[in-house]
Amino acid sequence: MMLTRDGIAWRIARDLREGQYVNLGVGIPVLVANYLDPDQEIFLHSENGILGVGPKPKRENLDLDLVSAGKGFCTLVSGAAIFDQQQSFIMMRGGHVTHAILGAIEVAENGDFANWRVHGEAVPGVGGAMDLGVGAQNIFVAMSHVTNKGKPKIVKTCSAPLTARRRVKRIYTDLAIVDVADDGLVLREVMPGNSTADIQAKTGAPLKIALDCREMDVPETASNGARLRQ
Amino acid sequence: MIDKTLSSCAQAVAHVHDGATVMFGGFGSVGVPGRLVDALRDQGARDLTIISNGASDAALSPLFEAGRVKKLIASFPSPTSHQFRARYLNGEVQLELVPQGTLVERIRAGGSGLGGIYTPTGVGTELAEGKEVRVIDGREYLLELPLKADFAFVKAHLGDRLGNLMYRGTMRNFNMVMATAGSVVAAEVERIVPAGEIPPEQVHTPGIFIDHVVQAERHPRLVELPKEGAQA
Repeated sequence: MMLTRDGIAWRIARDLREGQYVNLGVGIPVLVANYLDPDQEIFLHSENGILGVGPKPKRENLDLDLVSAGKGFCTLVSGAAIFDQQQSFIMMRGGHVTHAILGAIEVAENGDFANWRVHGEAVPGVGGAMDLGVGAQNIFVAMSHVTNKGKPKIVKTCSAPLTARRRVKRIYTDLAIVDVADDGLVLREVMPGNSTADIQAKTGAPLKIALDCREMDVPETASNGARLRQ
Repeated sequence: MIDKTLSSCAQAVAHVHDGATVMFGGFGSVGVPGRLVDALRDQGARDLTIISNGASDAALSPLFEAGRVKKLIASFPSPTSHQFRARYLNGEVQLELVPQGTLVERIRAGGSGLGGIYTPTGVGTELAEGKEVRVIDGREYLLELPLKADFAFVKAHLGDRLGNLMYRGTMRNFNMVMATAGSVVAAEVERIVPAGEIPPEQVHTPGIFIDHVVQAERHPRLVELPKEGAQA
């Protein structure tokens, strides 16, 4: 059994808490916004100058001057703040944003990660990835455990161009949750139906098994009807 | 009486010379001085170096289409930057790729009289190649040099004859910092209001940074309504 993209996002949302300031990258990470506990005040940061990004607007009340990092129109939550790019990157690089949830091409066992440029990409673009990479207090990566060709994305050394060194704290995949500790990778949770040996076989670097390693507890569907596992 | 207002965008771009370095504010479709982009295309200056976060077609395509750009300094020429990408891939336009926060701070350094900044962003990556590395308190930093421009073109919601600007929504983005870093700074605003009408606490960019203010309607190219059913 494995998690869907929504399932990975749902599981990450369970680990976020009131009072945190969270930046969500493109891909799986932005889905996390759909699964945050509405009773907890968690502020979403957008690099173009928003703390308190709300859901996408309905067509009739959209504001042409309000976009979020993905360039799409957005709304603001009550208590939101708007600022310029300089203050925004002070928050990111200066360690004020508590969590960055980012997609990745590869994560190395020492916490290095690559997420801005795939090999052979003709026109590069880096955006705010490296600033978040060096600055956010906690870097959580959300990605599939292996590539669509079955190659491990958790590796000993990244082969794709690096975003930042030694910064990833936790990796959420469709099969497992892996922590990056000072002395290597620690397997914390595993999707039901997979043994720890199965996960190791799909991982390109050695995994220690946490003493309290357990099966991931994710429901079949979310309250919005999205399928979380398959 | 000070009066920085101009009656047309053409006047605001009239003195841009061939080979000039030009900053354009904006992020996505918001805060882009789209009428000034068109006016600069019509003015005809060539071999421009453009400094901008991205190069999306909605923002800058007229300048790329007309072949006016020699070099782009940007953080994210996204997949929607078709006009830039085509000219980059055929070698017509050079690209200097800068992490977004570094781009901001290089511009700030340029506008605030600093000789550069040390940033941890990019250390150990391919964007650090050729840059000085300095260890401060045990952490590695890259020396990044200031960016200035001959002309900075910014966009705001309100402006007055003194050059005071007020933004709305996420318009501030790169506009506030770029307004400090151009030898000549022109602001495209949606409405010119009498001096004193913007409350002092709401003046986001003080007029000291601004040379010209011109009122223009939002460019239709920048009004990208989402596709039907796009809401969450």
